[in-house]
Amino acid sequence: MRERWRAFSAGLHEFYVAPYRRTFARARRDEDDLFRLLVMSEMLGVPNPASYYTAELLPVLYDGFHDWHRRMGMERSPLENYRCC
Amino acid sequence: MNSLILAVVGVGMMMAGYLLYSRFLARRVYTLDATFRTPSHELEDGVDYVPTNKFILWGHHFTSVAGAAPIVGPAVAVIWGWLPAFLWVTLGTVFFAGMHDLGALWASVRNRGQSIGSLSARYIGARGSRLFLVVIFLLLLMVNAAFAVVIAGLLVSTPTAVIPTWGALVVAVLIGQAIYRFKWNLPLVSAVGVAALYSLILLGDRVPVVLPETVLGLSPEAFWIIVLFVYAAIASVLPVWVLLQPRDYINGLQLFIGLGLLYGAVLIFRPEVVAPSFNTNVPEGTPGIMPLLFVTVACGAVSGFHGIVSSGTSAKQLDKETDARFVGYFGAVGEGLLALGAIIATTAGFRTLADWEEVYSAFNEGGVAAFVTGGGSILNAGLGIPTSLSATILATMAVLFAATTMDTGVRLQRFVVQEIGDVIGVKLGTVIATVIVLVVCLGLTFSAGADGSGGMIIWPLFGTTNQILAGLTLAILAVMLVRKRRPVLPILIPLVFVLFISVYALIIQLGGFLAEGNWLLLVLDVIILIAAVWVIVESAVALNRARTATPEADDEDERDSVVTGGGSQE
Repeated sequence: MRERWRAFSAGLHEFYVAPYRRTFARARRDEDDLFRLLVMSEMLGVPNPASYYTAELLPVLYDGFHDWHRRMGMERSPLENYRCC
Repeated sequence: MNSLILAVVGVGMMMAGYLLYSRFLARRVYTLDATFRTPSHELEDGVDYVPTNKFILWGHHFTSVAGAAPIVGPAVAVIWGWLPAFLWVTLGTVFFAGMHDLGALWASVRNRGQSIGSLSARYIGARGSRLFLVVIFLLLLMVNAAFAVVIAGLLVSTPTAVIPTWGALVVAVLIGQAIYRFKWNLPLVSAVGVAALYSLILLGDRVPVVLPETVLGLSPEAFWIIVLFVYAAIASVLPVWVLLQPRDYINGLQLFIGLGLLYGAVLIFRPEVVAPSFNTNVPEGTPGIMPLLFVTVACGAVSGFHGIVSSGTSAKQLDKETDARFVGYFGAVGEGLLALGAIIATTAGFRTLADWEEVYSAFNEGGVAAFVTGGGSILNAGLGIPTSLSATILATMAVLFAATTMDTGVRLQRFVVQEIGDVIGVKLGTVIATVIVLVVCLGLTFSAGADGSGGMIIWPLFGTTNQILAGLTLAILAVMLVRKRRPVLPILIPLVFVLFISVYALIIQLGGFLAEGNWLLLVLDVIILIAAVWVIVESAVALNRARTATPEADDEDERDSVVTGGGSQE
């Protein structure tokens, strides 16, 4: 009975979220892209007073970097010390 | 004729269509393959491409395609009698809509989940995708204008629906807050939301809101139309989680409840159909049944909009290719059931033929108001719900359908306007683009007079445009099947019929608009006519090319789309 209730609840949740999943994912991606831009601004030649702190985040952002520069229309990485392709 | 017989025969025909004809289509025409790796698995990303249980996906698909159109179309079309509308809805669902929706899913799945716009570029030609943009823009424009008039008309004719209609917005906003901000349990929130909605219906029934004869110098209809467009514009720029998402959700639940109530009442009450099978005494000014019946009932018989939903979202979530039969074909059956319910409500919900004729005193006069009145009396007799409350329930249901479509329509049209701006090199912000949409839609709605009747005059024009879009999807399917040397007649016959009827109806309407001197609708008609001829020419060329080309292997389209970097362009 509990299993059935759980399945019902999961189905209802899916019914609620799925039609707008893409909208949310795109909004999240746009937000991440902006954040990535802020973190990498110093490397892109834009002075950033917070770079002392944001530099620590660079390794964390490395994973998504390739997708990001492709999305921004750059076939290859624009940063010399940040190679991914 | 007893309405129960009508319901049983209609449901039986659609179920037989699902059990027999869709099986034939799945096995012989589309040759669905359970082992085929669908885009939801091949491109799984947790966002667009997600393998989904077929019952849940059917729920999404059905609630996305079902709106007020399968109620409005049949409710207008029964003016020619119940039999033509009944036959077009049932046979249309079985041989047109089911085949079309299943086919659109199949075509998209075989092409890595690409949308109909991308597929038209690929199978019909580069011009095909531009044609698609033109048709979709016109379709959205007409949907917004027509639905605003439908809602305004209901708010005036059923003043008890005013409080639940606007109160539903508050319920939706609270649901959104409860789920996203407070992380409350969804089944509980759903139960409370539905209870709140029905409490508002009870309240609305006790406190009808009747506007004075003129509000700010406007008629009540015109006032509501302007309020609705301003509301839709605000709703379209709000974050979707605030209003659109919970509103779609509560509307989906309402759809299932409303359908259950209506069919349950018919089963218990079994009212007699008082409308004639063929109405030989149509009011003066009613256009001829041929071809207008086939464009007045578009959704509920065949609808190009379903192809957009099938290829836009459903195809990307299909777990197994064989699920397309249930999701696509049975999704069309769901919409057919809604249309059949509308036919029964508008023909069996009146006491006598004279009562019915009084409501259907002119073309476009009965419509959705007749659905509310007739359906209300069936609910009253079948389930014992007071007549006024029954009418309020059905009016709220129809308004919510139309309003959710309108919210989304304005939002989508804003995107199209921004895209057009990009093409001509003008950067349009969200507010400016929304204002442009608002002005264009209001212009169309008030094109035939200050009462906003222009929105309903274009209803058959909406049906025509919707079916041209269906024709485009059917042409894509035909080309794919000819390339593979599969049976093509189940698609080709409906394709020829839909395009012939569309052009025929457009020419008839052209004469009407010319006689009335309605230049705006005349220009719109000419644009749609050009689009229809364009579809016919492009389809014929593409089919001839496919016929003379070397036959392709079953998976060739899929391999091609990989090479050309296919993917969703949505």
